[in-house]
Amino acid sequence: MRHLSGTIILALGTLLAVLAAAFAADSLFRIHAIILALTLGIATIVMLRKVQVSGGKEVDRSGYMDEPVRIGVILTVFWGIVGFLQGVLIATQLAWPEWNIEPWFNFGRMRPLHTSAVIFAFGGTALLTTSFYVVQRTCRARLWGGDGLAWFVFWGYQLFIVMAATGYLLGITQGREYAEPEWYVDIWLTIVWVAYLVLFLGTLVKRKEKHIYVANWFYLAFIVTIAMLHVVNNLAVPVSLLGVKSYSMFSGVQDAMTQWWYGHNAVGFFLTAGFLGMMYYFMPKQANRPVYSYRLSIVHFWSLIFLYIWAGPHHLHYTALPDWTQTLGMAFSVMLWMPSWGGMINGLMTLSGAWDKIRTDPIIRMMVMAVAFYGMSTFEGPVMSIKYVNSLSHYTDWTIGHVHSGALGWVGMITFGAIYFLVPRLWGRKQLYSLRMVNWHFWLATLGIVIYAASLWVAGITQGLMWKEYDDQGFLVYSFAESVSALHPYYVLRMIAGLLYLTGALIMAWNVYKTIRGDVRSEKPMAASAMQPAE
Amino acid sequence: MSEKKEIDEISGTETTGHEWDGIKELNTPLPRWWLWIFYGTVIWAIGYMIAMPSIPLINGAYKGVLGFSSRANVVSDIEAAKAAQSEFITKIKETEVADIVADEELARFARAGGESAFKVNCSQCHGSGAQGSYGYPNLNDDEWIWGGTIDDIYNIITNGARYDANEDTLISEMPAFGADELLEPDEIKAVANYVASISGGEADSALAKNGAEIYADNCAACHGDSGEGVAVLGGPPLNNAIWLYEGGVDAITEQINQPKHGVMPAWNDKLDDVTIKQLAVYVYSLGGGQ
Repeated sequence: MRHLSGTIILALGTLLAVLAAAFAADSLFRIHAIILALTLGIATIVMLRKVQVSGGKEVDRSGYMDEPVRIGVILTVFWGIVGFLQGVLIATQLAWPEWNIEPWFNFGRMRPLHTSAVIFAFGGTALLTTSFYVVQRTCRARLWGGDGLAWFVFWGYQLFIVMAATGYLLGITQGREYAEPEWYVDIWLTIVWVAYLVLFLGTLVKRKEKHIYVANWFYLAFIVTIAMLHVVNNLAVPVSLLGVKSYSMFSGVQDAMTQWWYGHNAVGFFLTAGFLGMMYYFMPKQANRPVYSYRLSIVHFWSLIFLYIWAGPHHLHYTALPDWTQTLGMAFSVMLWMPSWGGMINGLMTLSGAWDKIRTDPIIRMMVMAVAFYGMSTFEGPVMSIKYVNSLSHYTDWTIGHVHSGALGWVGMITFGAIYFLVPRLWGRKQLYSLRMVNWHFWLATLGIVIYAASLWVAGITQGLMWKEYDDQGFLVYSFAESVSALHPYYVLRMIAGLLYLTGALIMAWNVYKTIRGDVRSEKPMAASAMQPAE
Repeated sequence: MSEKKEIDEISGTETTGHEWDGIKELNTPLPRWWLWIFYGTVIWAIGYMIAMPSIPLINGAYKGVLGFSSRANVVSDIEAAKAAQSEFITKIKETEVADIVADEELARFARAGGESAFKVNCSQCHGSGAQGSYGYPNLNDDEWIWGGTIDDIYNIITNGARYDANEDTLISEMPAFGADELLEPDEIKAVANYVASISGGEADSALAKNGAEIYADNCAACHGDSGEGVAVLGGPPLNNAIWLYEGGVDAITEQINQPKHGVMPAWNDKLDDVTIKQLAVYVYSLGGGQ
């Protein structure tokens, strides 16, 4: 009777969603409930076709559970392309405002769609997927909680993504940065996330290794802290249990601080700690070298997670936030520099003795570039948190450039590296379809990031200086609109940069597809490239 | 798991003896430079927290050795900025707007202030170069619907035009000759061609000839006998190629049928008199003041 209980639960969920649509307090909630009912309904039908009342082969549960990892890798690629395309679209909207299509596809709704698509859909699926893979192998244990729990966490998270994304386009938002979904979607994510924590802890507990590998510390820190951040930031009172609107428990400057405590630590624990977990497994594996320093991994882990949680106030310099909070935010941000760099050193130095691989292995090259951008943006971050620098950089596109050198450079590149590592192994292929395509992806992505970051540095500093410019009589020289029109060329460049990055991801998708099919491209091997010194 | 410490051949460093899925760890000590910079930032942070307001206590936060306060800084910055301008500001307050233009030094200051205020308050309709757009007058040319003397400009900024909330607002309303059937369609066609012809545009000369008399009877009172405009009544000149709502027979016919009327807000409830005077001086300086 496999899949029967799952099918029944899904059918009940569909029924509840239909009831919610029928008794909805407002039209947006009704539409959202109908979307939920359709999603769950389709899932029910898919499951129903899998139900085996009797007989059937018993599934082998002695090995690692890799089915969600395989689906996760494909979904990571899919969400990545969706998110990057969204980014190109909103970059186009900023350069040419006519591209705002009211009401569903205006910038106001598309922007959270982009940020959530890349952070939560692409990044989140990548973290979930790789953590399932890594924790099993480094614990020598199958995922805890039976197959049901892992599938619940995996598909439950995808359901969160669908509900969040459709909500944004409908205009359902609580207006909290990186936490736009309304209360009922937040509650769903909380349930899924707690299940994820239980699954991960359960697997750690039943491990067959004496010690817990460093990658798992980072994954665990990511899971625990995101649970805390998510719950506190989203404390809210719904207006109706069958309506979309809710009111935050916080108000005024406390609300602003709560949002940035959440927002900055989403960067710290989702995009830094989580992906460091990824780096600590896939880099030594791909390089086939031992991790550079065990001690450094311990010290930088604890200092990173202790210091990061305090750094949020640097997003609110020179606001109504009390001075003492701003001081602490800046002080902790500056102290965060070396703990962040600990991960970079451990990543880069793991290659010592294998430096030649940067030349011969484009996957290693990708990972090295990821760690290099990680180092660059974790230096830029503390610099920007210094109040004097911040008085120029704040509210400008410099901030967006900074985020993207971390997001495109670090998060994106390390994930691509992990995907290229995983695909041949998960589908039992000897090698990737094409290493030269990985090389193309590497260069397109790198060029894209460099153009992106450079154009927004110039844009941000231009903006900051224009806003501050007084004439000798003491009057402001520029209006805001003039600073906007001055940025047009940089916005166009940024759009082109995004297009390069997206093109790289499309090449990856093709490469992944062909590898899964088992094809191998006939091409000159990378090692025999022109860069090879004469022998 | 085998707790077998070994020496890594390439680096010559001992491993910790742990191994996970083939991954080993070297027992490399913390890089010295890393550790010292980390200590350095911690020491700096402690110093910074002693110097600045940093620790929340029961009765307010610790204020820091330097006595820094961002609010106090803003207050003193604003005071300093005001003090630097106070001499000119006071003078503008006490001077009639026409006399400001005459005082070269004061006019230079007022123009700079006016330009800055224009960009924030006026450019949305009149354009960032005051070039205007469809329905919003260009302020760079020498055509002034309500008059282009410095006092006229000062007055329209202060009280607006067709702005109901202001008692002294300038009011004019062109009758809807077509919609209210004040003129026959044929007559409108004729007078539209006449107006097009005196503006120097393309027109049917036979129709234009017929339109001349209709113009004299119905339009000249507000637009002037030869279309030169009557600023007191807000009747725009028609004898040139400058148009608020496009020229050409079709657009003119439309305007005669069912006229559009723009609204200029009265700024005296949003801006102080000194700013309005500066705006007037700036707009007056743009080239077309009378």
